[in-house]
Amino acid sequence: MEWKLALPEIALAISALIILVAGVIPKRDTSFGVTMASLGALLLAGGLTLAQGEGSAFGGQYVADSFSTFMKLLAIAGAALGLMLALDWNTKQGIARFEFPILVLLATIGMMVMISANDLMALYMGLELLSLPLYVLAAFHRDSGRATEAGLKYFILGSLASGLLLYGASLVYGFAGTTNFDRLADAFSAQQGISAGVVVGIVFIIAALCFKISAVPFHMWTPDVYEGAPTPVTAFFASAPKVAAVALLTRVLAGPFGDTVAQWQQVIVLVSLLSMVMGAFAALGQRNIKRLMAYSSIGHIGFTLMGLAVGGESGLRGVLVYMAIYLFMNLGTFAVLVAMRRDGRALEGIDDLAGLGRTDPGMALAMAIFMFSMAGVPPMAGFFGKLYVLLPAIEQGFWVLAVVGVLSSVVSAYYYLRVIKVMYFDAPVGAFDARPAAVSVVLAGTGLFTGFMFLFPAPILAAARSAVVAILGAG
Amino acid sequence: MNAAGFPLLSLLTFLPLAGALIIMLVRGEEETVASNARWTALWTSLIVFVLSLILWISFDKTTAAFQFEEKLDWLPDFGIGYHLGVDGISVLFVLLATALTPLCILASWESVTSRVREYMIAFLILETMMIGMFVSLDMIMFYIFFEGVLIPMFLIIGIWGGARRVYAAYKFFLYTFLGSVLMLLAIIALWYAAGTTDIPALMQFQVPVAWQPIIFFAFFASFAVKVPMWPVHTWLPDAHVEAPTAGSVILAGVLLKMGGYGFLRFSLPLLPQASADFAPFIFALSVIAVVYTSLVALAQQDMKKLIAYSSVAHMGIVTIGTFTFNQQGLEGALFQMLSHGVVSGALFLCVGVLYDREHTREIARYGGVAKILPAYAIVFMLFTMASVALPGTAGFPGEFLVIVGAWASSPWVALGASTGMVLGAAYMLYLYKRIAFGKITHEHLRGLKDLTAREVVIFAPLIVLTLWMGIYPSSFTSFFSASVAALLQQHEAALSVARLAGIN
Repeated sequence: MEWKLALPEIALAISALIILVAGVIPKRDTSFGVTMASLGALLLAGGLTLAQGEGSAFGGQYVADSFSTFMKLLAIAGAALGLMLALDWNTKQGIARFEFPILVLLATIGMMVMISANDLMALYMGLELLSLPLYVLAAFHRDSGRATEAGLKYFILGSLASGLLLYGASLVYGFAGTTNFDRLADAFSAQQGISAGVVVGIVFIIAALCFKISAVPFHMWTPDVYEGAPTPVTAFFASAPKVAAVALLTRVLAGPFGDTVAQWQQVIVLVSLLSMVMGAFAALGQRNIKRLMAYSSIGHIGFTLMGLAVGGESGLRGVLVYMAIYLFMNLGTFAVLVAMRRDGRALEGIDDLAGLGRTDPGMALAMAIFMFSMAGVPPMAGFFGKLYVLLPAIEQGFWVLAVVGVLSSVVSAYYYLRVIKVMYFDAPVGAFDARPAAVSVVLAGTGLFTGFMFLFPAPILAAARSAVVAILGAG
Repeated sequence: MNAAGFPLLSLLTFLPLAGALIIMLVRGEEETVASNARWTALWTSLIVFVLSLILWISFDKTTAAFQFEEKLDWLPDFGIGYHLGVDGISVLFVLLATALTPLCILASWESVTSRVREYMIAFLILETMMIGMFVSLDMIMFYIFFEGVLIPMFLIIGIWGGARRVYAAYKFFLYTFLGSVLMLLAIIALWYAAGTTDIPALMQFQVPVAWQPIIFFAFFASFAVKVPMWPVHTWLPDAHVEAPTAGSVILAGVLLKMGGYGFLRFSLPLLPQASADFAPFIFALSVIAVVYTSLVALAQQDMKKLIAYSSVAHMGIVTIGTFTFNQQGLEGALFQMLSHGVVSGALFLCVGVLYDREHTREIARYGGVAKILPAYAIVFMLFTMASVALPGTAGFPGEFLVIVGAWASSPWVALGASTGMVLGAAYMLYLYKRIAFGKITHEHLRGLKDLTAREVVIFAPLIVLTLWMGIYPSSFTSFFSASVAALLQQHEAALSVARLAGIN
């Protein structure tokens, strides 16, 4: 039965519904139990994803291959770690509601559908299923003005992006006569010239997806939403949905539009350049660490897109490896942000980290590892992420991208170093509240991964390689 | 497996890291932790030093081949491997690093009182990075260690440094990082051209002549900052002045050598044509560095800053020697690096002795020290003399060989280099005069204590080394003669191939 291919999504959806019902019925607060059940559901979905076969289903709308497995596992891991971070935070902020984990679960289903989409319609459905819970999550702290603003801003701009995507998809459909990725690929490879309508459609689709991954020039919402949304939600925003959207962009551009590379490559090159430069320079003046991380994520997306612009097996492998590393170091960083709480009050200033090296050496060490890693200093994982993108970039002669990339990483090193400086060189301003156990677990896991990835790079590389072969083979 | 029968180089590289992990696990009272951290760090670095003596004893000086090699697959998809080995060019730098680290730990015994545990961890990690860099025979590994040095050094300057430590730490990090990322691109370009990052394999590879200039400058960006060459030397005085004593010692003693080593390991053998073409450019920068920074040193009011500028001048001699492409020049450059490592390290320790007692580095705050601290004054004088290249001390053979070598390339360059010797005598003797001689103008100096037993233990090996290197330099040059000869032969061969290709 081909529907079995979608078993992870189906299982997750059913679990979400059951958990929803189970959460509603009791009169008392069920957020802890619901979170635990949701983590269990994610674990189940992860196991099923690993176990599922390969092939396409639902009339070619859905595809399961090693690419989707790789990306889904990343998305699920991001969602699970995000949930763990939220557990304690929500209770302390007084926003512990059982809907939170369920919204995360629904968003995760959306991501998985996106990753497995093999049709523009399935793609749109997945994207919307992801986006709607995210809008709610951004405004989850509904009594906070900033959170509400963030949610509203995200909703308006997100809807605009969805509109762009639909418009682009309809243009492509109009000119190519199909929305199925495989048939689109056939159509473009057979065609001699690419009509202008298709090009416009592709550009619209790219624009919409760039909005989702907050690449320049569609990044304007990012700092505000990141700052306004509750920190664990920001952690989630910055990790899993980005992975899913990058996966989608990769699959769309390498698969159905693989033969129109001449049309979209320059767009991606430009977006990548702008994102790297913007991410580096705009973050220099930030004092709020969540805004800082917003710009930092823009810069990282720029680096990731470099791999996409270069294309080919090694370029796309760079994208995947970069995303995997980014996911973990980013979640680790946010784990520290979640633990920034003094006398019960959550803190967001970079200066609030002052003296962390003395007051909490373990957390400061982890944060230093993440910061050096994001700056791309070896032997941290972030360096290897950059290396695997730069290798193909130079091999294919994308010198401008490579040089701008490394120079922007020098500029961004300045603000990553500032965090380390504040933690280690400045006098302590007082200890943070004891960090919750879940945060410690996330910190330890991501810290070890980021610090010691260089010892065992082979499995990730091999997985990324077979994932890339899957989409290039299909395209 | 290799001459030692066990993976000696891996052990040397990662043993300090193991020591750091042990220190990390120590728990308890602050005092006990500090004392445990000190002793663990000292023992670790001493064991590493003793192990490294195996290199000294069983290194085969007759061959230019890499020895003590170890090779494992690491990222086979990319042709990147875990490959360690030493040849005549790198072996003594390993010994320099292993010898200076225990001395630095001893020198910090009492002067570092806050966060001792973190300090010792940083130093041991630094030792791993330094040794790893010199023994790496894979470019990506080399880059990882080369950059990895930045992390502990940034923290050492920033946490335990002086008043402007934050500025100095940033400047140090960002300058070096900027140069290094360009080198990374060059490394990737070489990897792409040759299909491997294995250094011995790359040495057999002819880099296309058209590519050489751009790759040369990418490497140059990194090494010139590290050496440091004029005009990108400005991070060095800041870093030196603000770093704690031991940090300055390692910075001057080992980290600056990474740039010179890089030129010898990469630029010369891999890019022979570009190295030959740009030698005049390097000469020009180096001569400017020698003359200009010597003059700047004359005007300094701060002891550490003066020695920092003298380092830039001495390293200018090194770069001149490196690009003379003859036996004397190259051997001189290598010898100068080693002697500068010992002598400038020792000079920074001398400054540290005064600073620990008076907590100022301002020259004007001292005077007549020779009457109060006679033993110290003798030690300080020996290293001052070594710094001005008095025959019989470590400074002389290196500078002499470089000048001889430079004469063969261009008498003008030799003239520039020898100006450095004259000016060097001027600023060093002037420094020594102001500190050690004259009337005791500051009465409170009378209470100062002469060298303690710990300080004697620190200085004794350095004194022995300085005299040994000066009196019998062959026991050091014999290590690298064969490698330098092979390097030059290969360089000549590559150039003549290119010349033939140009004619046809």
